[in-house]
Amino acid sequence: MKKSVVFGALTVAGLAAGAAAAGTLDDVKARGKLNCGVTTGLVGFAAPDANGEWGGFDVGICRAVAAAVLGDPKAVEFVPTTGKTRFTALASGEIDMLARNTTWTFSRDVDLKFTFVGVNYYDGQGFMVPKELGVSSAKELDGATVCIQTGTTTELNLADFFRSNNISYEPVPVETNAESQQQYLSGACDVYTTDASGLAATRATFEDPAAHILLPEIISKEPLGPLVRHGDDNWGDVVRWSLNALITAEELGVTSANIGEMAAGTNNPEVNRLLGTEGTLGEMLGLDADWAKKAIMAGGNYAELFEGNIGESTPIGLARGLNAQWTDGGLIYSPPFR
Amino acid sequence: MSDSQNNSVAFVATEVIPQSPPPARETGVVKWLRENLFSSVTNGVLTVVALYLIYLVLAATLPWIFNGIWTTSSLSECREVLQGKTGACFSVLTERWHQLIYGFKYPADAYWRPNLAFVLMLVAIAPVLFFDLPRKLLLFTAVYPFIAFWLIWGGTILAPLVVFVGFVAAAVVFQKFGRSSFAVGFFGGIAVALVVWTVGGALIPDGASDNALLPAVPSRDLGGFMLNLMLGVTCVSLSIPLGIALALGRQSDMPLIKGICVVFIEFIRGVPLITLLFVASVMLAYFFPPESTVDLFLRVVIMITMFSAAYIAEVIRGGLAALPKGQYEAADSLGLDYPQAMRLIILPQALKISIPGIVNVAVGLFKDTTLVSVISMFDLVGMIRGPILASTEWNGVYWELFGFAALLFFVVCYGISQYSQWLERKLHKGH
Repeated sequence: MKKSVVFGALTVAGLAAGAAAAGTLDDVKARGKLNCGVTTGLVGFAAPDANGEWGGFDVGICRAVAAAVLGDPKAVEFVPTTGKTRFTALASGEIDMLARNTTWTFSRDVDLKFTFVGVNYYDGQGFMVPKELGVSSAKELDGATVCIQTGTTTELNLADFFRSNNISYEPVPVETNAESQQQYLSGACDVYTTDASGLAATRATFEDPAAHILLPEIISKEPLGPLVRHGDDNWGDVVRWSLNALITAEELGVTSANIGEMAAGTNNPEVNRLLGTEGTLGEMLGLDADWAKKAIMAGGNYAELFEGNIGESTPIGLARGLNAQWTDGGLIYSPPFR
Repeated sequence: MSDSQNNSVAFVATEVIPQSPPPARETGVVKWLRENLFSSVTNGVLTVVALYLIYLVLAATLPWIFNGIWTTSSLSECREVLQGKTGACFSVLTERWHQLIYGFKYPADAYWRPNLAFVLMLVAIAPVLFFDLPRKLLLFTAVYPFIAFWLIWGGTILAPLVVFVGFVAAAVVFQKFGRSSFAVGFFGGIAVALVVWTVGGALIPDGASDNALLPAVPSRDLGGFMLNLMLGVTCVSLSIPLGIALALGRQSDMPLIKGICVVFIEFIRGVPLITLLFVASVMLAYFFPPESTVDLFLRVVIMITMFSAAYIAEVIRGGLAALPKGQYEAADSLGLDYPQAMRLIILPQALKISIPGIVNVAVGLFKDTTLVSVISMFDLVGMIRGPILASTEWNGVYWELFGFAALLFFVVCYGISQYSQWLERKLHKGH
């Protein structure tokens, strides 16, 4: 009897949660704020500054979605999540979307029941070694000690790579990126391996960055992108097309600087559709006609976000590489707005 | 006779020889050095080695500290100023000072509120710690939690007021009926408090917090060392009474109460604190609908309090066991009932014995509050590991930040330890 009461209460709670999650878009509009999950801090991708304002590449996506839905890029409640809490936060409805350099994998998409709405950064696992080691390829690393973060996909990738190349290594397990930086600098390991963007960001903070090199091998695919819960396709569309709007804006040359005159009407029908002066794309999403314009004005188009937070002019200094537009030989590609 | 005496001895000193100073090797610094540092060859060698090690440590750290830079705005600027010399980059402490103390989201124009709450806490805690102070100050201590809640969280003053009235009503009921029957007073008090809270809660209008005197600050915006102190103080002060109750319950003759206490203590002691924190932050979210979760701060306080109460209960049980059986029998033979015997005879002695153990748990608990950083609450360590080390300006500053955190924690923990030693000396009756 008691048990059934408890289960009954749980079911009611579950139903209430399900009902609340049925229309995330309406929830967000009613709340007036977007709950966006970010990391507790990753250089260039998401970190609060000295005034407590969040900034970064992933944060830019949150702000763009908030601007598209609510018209205000500041209407975001940033919920910091760790690698361990991020998926429960999203599944339980605590956050509406997760933009936390999360790798799109089969099991996360299918088994954990999330929908990855796109890729905002193509990453891959790389190696960093001190220049004085005299190594120019990861295949010369036979017998090296390698600093590796435990419990990540990088650990498995590393084992696969060394096994398939028939060379041996000695792992030095570390818990966080900060810890591995110290271990690597103090010489506890010869090689540090993690996502290439993380390696570049780490190297940028060294006293003498030129004394360390990134090896050319990239041994895994790490497509990072924002994700939402399964079961609310309308909301998934909103996040997906907000991201695509930023990408398309770069492709079409729409920037936060010239968007004012572009929005007055141009000869390019795709620009007009994107900015809402032609067609009813916004209405189909359940948003204002100028939703994409607001999203782009939040922090600029994809290129502006990239260059402002992690690009070559910043201390992190990442090249566009795979993340260039498809027209420039990269993988960043948005379906057409029509 | 006198003549012969004078002549039979060649020389007799007629005055007292003035005291000469002790030999140089038996006095002052030299004696101290000889006895303490160079009393044997082995000790002499060890002294020299130790001095050399101290020199090595100081030679490395002192220039680092004294060359420290305090005014730049990023690590790379620090390095430019230092030009390759050794030197700390303390600028991170000055630039992120407010974030380290209050967290990064607490509104800057409201920093006076936690500051005031902190000062008032010292006032409120004084009569509890020092028995010589006037007992009337305890009235302020009783009101303090509600003042502190209102100051730190802000919002409508009605909420803490209703809670306070509920407690007062419960106390009144207990005073009135607790004399004749403990159970009636106890459960009657709880019932009255619940009624007051329900009715009072319903009476507070929606949106009362919107235009309150002090703007409301949600729990998620708390952080920094303030969060550690809040968690530490709240959990210690809640877990000591709970621990006493559990310890007494474990000794009870009533099987139900004893069973509950034993299971509670053994379960909590058998589970790591970090597991409880994950349950508090992650698992509970599945059981509540998204809009009606219990406040995260409250959940964490409950978990840490339960954890330390179980440990304190065991420490106090040790104190109870150390009392000779004669004390219990003496209390019975005086005709005291159970509450009186405990309050007047047993607990004062048992608690005195338990002081070092309780302080040990309290110090440990205070340091354990840093574990909340793993459930993405930004306490002092969470601030350092997360936002500060992840900012483009300060990525790569470790020693300065963690040294500062260690210093803050050391000051507080050393203070607690000194207080407990003072208390032991004071309560020592010299038998």
